Amino acid sequence: MTTDPRAMRWEFLEKMLLIRRFEEAVGRFGADKDFPGHYHLYIGQEATGVGAMAALGEKDRIASTHRNHGHVLARGADPMAALAEILGRDAGLNRGRGGTIHLCDPDLGFLQTSGVVGSVVGLATGGGYACKMLGDGTLTAAFFGDGALEEGIAFECLNIAALWKLPVIFICENNSADAWGMAKGGYPTLVHASNDLRSIPGSMGIEAIRVEGIDPFAVYDAVSTAAARCRAGEGPLFIETMTRRWAGSAPLWPELATGITDIGMATGRTAIGDGPHRDWYETNDPVLRLARELAAEGAEALARVEQIDRQVRDIIETAAQRALASPFPAVETAADYVFAN
Amino acid sequence: MSRRQTYAAAFVDALLDSMDEDRTVSLIGSAPLGLGPERHLTNQLRDRHPNRVMDPPTAEGGVASVGAGAAMAGVRPFVDLLTGSFVYLAWTQIVNEAANGFYMSGGKLPVPVTYHCLEGVRGAGAPQHSQSPHAMLWNAPGIEIVMPAMASDVYGLIRTAIQSPNPTMVFSHAKILGVESAVSDERAPLPFGKADIKRKGRDVTIVALSIGVHHALEAAELLAQQGIDAEVVDPRTLVPFDEEAVLASVEKTGRLVVVDEMPLRCSSASEIAATVAEKGFQHLKAPVQRVTRPDVPVPFSPPLEQALTPDAEQIVCAVRRITAEA
Repeated sequence: MTTDPRAMRWEFLEKMLLIRRFEEAVGRFGADKDFPGHYHLYIGQEATGVGAMAALGEKDRIASTHRNHGHVLARGADPMAALAEILGRDAGLNRGRGGTIHLCDPDLGFLQTSGVVGSVVGLATGGGYACKMLGDGTLTAAFFGDGALEEGIAFECLNIAALWKLPVIFICENNSADAWGMAKGGYPTLVHASNDLRSIPGSMGIEAIRVEGIDPFAVYDAVSTAAARCRAGEGPLFIETMTRRWAGSAPLWPELATGITDIGMATGRTAIGDGPHRDWYETNDPVLRLARELAAEGAEALARVEQIDRQVRDIIETAAQRALASPFPAVETAADYVFAN
Repeated sequence: MSRRQTYAAAFVDALLDSMDEDRTVSLIGSAPLGLGPERHLTNQLRDRHPNRVMDPPTAEGGVASVGAGAAMAGVRPFVDLLTGSFVYLAWTQIVNEAANGFYMSGGKLPVPVTYHCLEGVRGAGAPQHSQSPHAMLWNAPGIEIVMPAMASDVYGLIRTAIQSPNPTMVFSHAKILGVESAVSDERAPLPFGKADIKRKGRDVTIVALSIGVHHALEAAELLAQQGIDAEVVDPRTLVPFDEEAVLASVEKTGRLVVVDEMPLRCSSASEIAATVAEKGFQHLKAPVQRVTRPDVPVPFSPPLEQALTPDAEQIVCAVRRITAEA
């Protein structure tokens, strides 16, 4: 990863597009019933995962959540292995034992990816405990949604992290804005008595800031600053990244409600009509937003945006075909990995 | 050479030696030996490793989660959850996080955390401070379960628990901390899944766990006076479980009594009885007997508590029921 801000924009675009095309492939697999069970997509939050991961070191630990696909890809996991895991295949990141909710790549520093929302806060606090004990200047970053703070374990572990000054960056991806709400058959939106989540870590003396979650540079800057302070021994920090809920994020079974992303909406080749998702295309979609900003720099930049999109689509298409063609784990291995030797 | 030592002293020795040997071992917990007379023994740990004894807030779920996450990140915490009854507060973190880690990652993420609690009918604990969760935990795949009975067991088993790449729960019965027994000067980690024959005998097999071993040995002495020669088998670990040793003993004696200080239904005694019924039925000359608590909360009032708690006398009665015609 470069630290030249101009070059970094292109790397961010490439990674954000990779996540977007990956999630669109998962959405297609889901619609086609290529895998069973419910799942969650990271569409609309790509800027947070990509910006945050770029600010972390190679040896840092990461704890992720049920909405993890973007985190493992932003950290550099193989898209084919990630897709194969979602399809329950032997070539999957976790040999088909975890599936979509639990994608986890320990070789890249991932701790367990828990589907129990509050647990992420606890496991990451444990990661920070290990980092501090090893004394190697590493830290642990936790990625979780606003719902995680509704569970008691989050309170207990924020308290422990603060008491013991553990090097943990708590990244709360607040995607509750524009969520459907219970009235429309969705999840409850924010069900906190506190209307400012920063007050929860704040009550324990953990400094908490809020950034625009669709701006990868805002996230990158915030996480970079937090990481430097963690490494200096200042203890944990809390960053709330604000995103709008993507319209396709139906409870449990997402739908590609905004369609397959048309990069033409960023380059100006496709007109954005007056449909229900106009705000999404014009303002809230972090991928189109960054692509639009880059494409506006001239014809060469515009062509580069289109070229990156083509490359990424090829990568995901190839990965998807390979994952679909790959075998399921042999049934006689079902009891493997209960215990390590 | 051998000398006598209390369970509590051997427990502390195991932690001291583990911490000396591996700088990633730490204790999360203020009073792993409870608040009784053995508490001061843990001061040795604080004196020798002041930066590796952490006093946590009252947050059983929190410390269990921190222990699991820390183990996933490469260190070996020993996490004390205080009383067995409080393990329920940490249940999700133990059975749904730590125990699933290695499997759910496809064998990529070991979770070498050790949990510990003081369980059991401790005397005046009333319903909420007398619980024994070990049999419930046996129904959660992915966690090793250790039930030491004696000073000679607890040292080696804790050393192995801390070295294990898997999550491990060590259950110490609250009433055996001060019990002395012989220990060897040359101590080493003890392998899991190896039962210890605490007393050899030929007429009946008594499989007992933790404090039950002490009751079973006492019962065996009483039975000996009545001409019945009991063998006492201590599995020492429930996971892994030494089926072979239990079946071999039953093959020899033809009779089985299982002792477990849990409520009857789905107790460890039930599981052990089922295993022998399934795999050793041909050796049995009489029905298997389970000596457990009844399915009743533990009452505060001392005579009620005593009446419901397994002891040597109940074991003798159970043995007599199946050896009457022997």
